[in-house]
Amino acid sequence: MATIKQNIPNAHTRILGIGAYRPSEIVTNDDVCQWIESSDEWIVKRTGIHTRHRAPADVSVLDMAEHAAREALSDAGITGEQLSTIIVSTVTFPYLTPSLAANLADRLGATPAAAYDISAACAGYCYGVAQADALVRSGDSTNVLVIGVEKLSDVIDNSERSISFLLGDGAGAVVIGPSDVPGIGPSVWGSDGSKWDAIRMTHPLTDIRRVERGGQRTFAKDLVDPETGEMAPDATMWPTLRQDGQTVFRWASWEGARVAQEALDAAGLAPEDLAAFVPHQANMRIIDQMAKVLKLPDSVLVARDIAEAGNTSAASIPLATHRLLAEHPELSGKPSLQIGFGAGLVYGAQVVLLP
Amino acid sequence: MASKDEILAGLAEIVNEETGLETEAVQLDKSFTEDLDIDSISMMTIVVNAEEKFDVTIPDEEVKNLKTVEDAVNFIDNAQA
Repeated sequence: MATIKQNIPNAHTRILGIGAYRPSEIVTNDDVCQWIESSDEWIVKRTGIHTRHRAPADVSVLDMAEHAAREALSDAGITGEQLSTIIVSTVTFPYLTPSLAANLADRLGATPAAAYDISAACAGYCYGVAQADALVRSGDSTNVLVIGVEKLSDVIDNSERSISFLLGDGAGAVVIGPSDVPGIGPSVWGSDGSKWDAIRMTHPLTDIRRVERGGQRTFAKDLVDPETGEMAPDATMWPTLRQDGQTVFRWASWEGARVAQEALDAAGLAPEDLAAFVPHQANMRIIDQMAKVLKLPDSVLVARDIAEAGNTSAASIPLATHRLLAEHPELSGKPSLQIGFGAGLVYGAQVVLLP
Repeated sequence: MASKDEILAGLAEIVNEETGLETEAVQLDKSFTEDLDIDSISMMTIVVNAEEKFDVTIPDEEVKNLKTVEDAVNFIDNAQA
């Protein structure tokens, strides 16, 4: 019987280059206070956010991804033609199919690279890194582009106060390829679907069609008037995001820290070996609490991009890493612990050498 | 197992660590939000620290019922039993 030939694996992988895109429109806390009753002081105290970027109507999710991707390719010193795979993490590409990744591959001159999108919300970038690391080490891919990109301004309702005021738009990208030295530690990733609705859309897209055909929409608890118990007659048919803040805070701060610790242990490092800690930029209070639970020494730089960028979901870790490297170029080549967590609920973490 | 007085004293220490409030300010009749000015995120931190200190479980959906310090002391006292 003939023997199947399998790829010769690569021993090691690492991040070869990084890119970021921050859209031009800045939304301040004073802007937010036109939509909800609040104050700059209240928002800063509870979230640490001062501003967030939002993309204008003529800048698409694909445009943002392309900007970040081109910088990452340039930083890695390769061209689109040298990419074998493109993985895009996004929950805001407005087509259910085809994927953003295939369109982006064409724009970057990367055809016929394998290209696909993944849905893992705020953990999506770390999920993408886990997949890229495995694809390169298996020998199935050579250079993999991983992108986290979100235009969350398309799926929020500025007048609600559970999550919308936290969110911003942006894109971050990395190129992952073979390396002479170990540059990506084991990924610790998983899910807890028992908290599926802790961060959610108000209702399914299929409600739009059901109502168009004269049917009743799905019960959407987030759109019910608490006084009357009835669905507001003008409730939007466009689904928007909501979250249960306390549940998410508890889960992210303590369970998230446990996951981050596991990733650190799996990489065989101690907290004092780290140069940086880049958690998903969900809320400054979560970042502070995680750093406290992890007992990180003062020598570890903690990414706090959220103050300026808000929460950009899948884009937040590469964006925050990009800022850290711009402000502290000496971090290049040093280990950083990154952890993403969000709607699902899902989580992913690993230690990486910074590009 | 901690007595109610010990639970109150322990809670006061946890509140002090999270908010800087004097432990004497944490009295049974005080409301966490209105009297002690504790926001929802600090409340969750206090709950998690209380779970650890008193070896009890306080589910997320129960936290909204803990309006006063006495509510929290009673819940922890019952949960220990």
